[in-house]
Amino acid sequence: MGSKSMIRWLAGLLLLGLMLSFTLGPFLWQVITALKPEMQLAQLPPLLPHPPTGRHFVTVLATPGFLRVALNSLVVAAASVLLAFALGIPAAYALAKLRLRGQGPLLGTLLCLSMFPPIANVAPLYLIFIALRIRDSLLAVVLAHSVFALPFAIWMLTNFFREIPDELYRAARIDGCSHLGLLRHIVLPLAAPGLLSVGLLVFIFSWNEFLYALTLTATEKARTLPVAIALFPGVHELPWGEIAAAAVLATLPVVLLVLAFQRRIISGLTTGAVKG
Amino acid sequence: MDLHLRNLSKRFGEHLAVDIPELTIRAGEFFTFVGPSGCGKSTTLNLIAGLEHPTTGTLELDGRRLNELPPHRRDVAFVFQSYALYPHRTVYQNLAFPLELARRPRAEIRRRVEEAAARLNLTPLLEKHPRHLSGGERQRVALGRALVRQPQLFLFDEPLSNLDTPLRAQMRKELRRLHQQLGTTFIYVTHDQEEALSLSDRIAVMRAGLIQQCDPPRRIYDHPANTFVASFFGSPPINYLRAALASGAGATWLRVGEQRLRVEGLAPEILAAGTVTVGIRPEHIRVGRKRLPGGWRACVTLVEQHGGQCFLELDAAGYRLTAVERAEAGYREGETVTLALTPHRLHLFGRESGQRLDATVAGGPREAPERNV
Repeated sequence: MGSKSMIRWLAGLLLLGLMLSFTLGPFLWQVITALKPEMQLAQLPPLLPHPPTGRHFVTVLATPGFLRVALNSLVVAAASVLLAFALGIPAAYALAKLRLRGQGPLLGTLLCLSMFPPIANVAPLYLIFIALRIRDSLLAVVLAHSVFALPFAIWMLTNFFREIPDELYRAARIDGCSHLGLLRHIVLPLAAPGLLSVGLLVFIFSWNEFLYALTLTATEKARTLPVAIALFPGVHELPWGEIAAAAVLATLPVVLLVLAFQRRIISGLTTGAVKG
Repeated sequence: MDLHLRNLSKRFGEHLAVDIPELTIRAGEFFTFVGPSGCGKSTTLNLIAGLEHPTTGTLELDGRRLNELPPHRRDVAFVFQSYALYPHRTVYQNLAFPLELARRPRAEIRRRVEEAAARLNLTPLLEKHPRHLSGGERQRVALGRALVRQPQLFLFDEPLSNLDTPLRAQMRKELRRLHQQLGTTFIYVTHDQEEALSLSDRIAVMRAGLIQQCDPPRRIYDHPANTFVASFFGSPPINYLRAALASGAGATWLRVGEQRLRVEGLAPEILAAGTVTVGIRPEHIRVGRKRLPGGWRACVTLVEQHGGQCFLELDAAGYRLTAVERAEAGYREGETVTLALTPHRLHLFGRESGQRLDATVAGGPREAPERNV
């Protein structure tokens, strides 16, 4: 290996290290904090917990309402995905495959919509949900999440559907498919990797979302994990150990999901994987 | 079971894609739409299939109006250029799909799929997915999916153009054989003149949405309706020469190069114009080393070998012509030869219109007057 390529290799490694410490560092810090005994929480050194303790995890899991909140999160995220699909798939199909007037402007508008910061419409949403008497319900959070995720979902799905060759649609119409049949027999099976990616991204968005969940809920009845962690009950001071443990617990399902579907997400995000 | 098209037209915005005043495709016919890309042939096929809606006009199959019927209720099967196989379904599932959608009983589906598979030698492939098949195999699966439906009309949109040459020749034969066995109407679209000539019972030549000529292959080749049709068919393509008309000795004479030929039946306005375009196919130019009767001298500028044949580029009295000769004749570049055009093989076209002129050309140089009058 020449000295030039050696330098390049080292530079690449350094860059990679920087990025890793930036993305993984805070998470690692949380794990360390979660495992430290109470006394060492504000001490450095030791850097590593000595000895590591599982007490914070036990406390979190034993906190009344924590499991309820975790279940809320799961329900909200899953329902948001389903709702985004139920509305997004037909919309994306129409945008991708029907000859519509004003298709371009419509897609442009969708893209603009997904650029709005949540803070811009949280206040009107709050008022609307109060008027509808659904504040502090799971339904409110689900609606907010799926509506916010919808433009993004439609945009992504439209692109996945467009990659399915036109002749397949025409062949299926000759063979006797209605539009619904086309969706069921052709589009959904062929765009499955794309659907999986979009579903996961919406799920993760909803699982992590804080602002809507904080504003639209008031009690454990509808509260989701990020909000619950932020509002973790402390007696005299902030319970950093428990908060860290709860955060680690909340991250795990997402990490596991992504690991499980890693391959298929990549194929979904890159190609749509529908070569005739 | 004839298919009638009446006043059929299709516009995309301002662009007139297809305009067919009247066309009947007879039951059991192998009918081909041929033309350069953008001539409206595929649009016509899509109109018949119901994948496009006509701007005006009607389609009737066996006296039944098709216009309002969705594609799958028109009793047609479609074979696409890209085959359009469903990549997530096995060959069996691909073939079964139209029957499943038509809610046929399971046993009948199995029987019909196996029948079609046997006919096309697909039986060993039934459990495979399309991505594991070769181009030719995919093409046969696409045919099979059309076959299982036992439709009244088979529609083909350039089905062979994705195959390599030897396979294409083989599939051409298979298609022709299939048509003989089934006796069903085949409607075929291609841009390949050779394919059109070799497969069809009748050909409609299209250009800019209009049918230029609709005739059996021999008629198209031997009696092209205009210069467009004449140029589209034949390889190497037909030669065009400008020729002067003159009258004398009680007849009309055509002067092409150094040949003078007697013409009969030309309309007065053509005679008045004084010139016509003469078309002659390369195989109808006789070339020789000795002096041919009525022949004129030419220089061989290029020899292109094609196995048993060779194409000769000739420079004769300022005309550039292509002739086809047997390779054994052994012509060389730079050689001087004599050539003569076979009189009854000449095609006369109007100089401006390019339309075929009904006239008979006959006679040789001996009948020609000494002087042009």
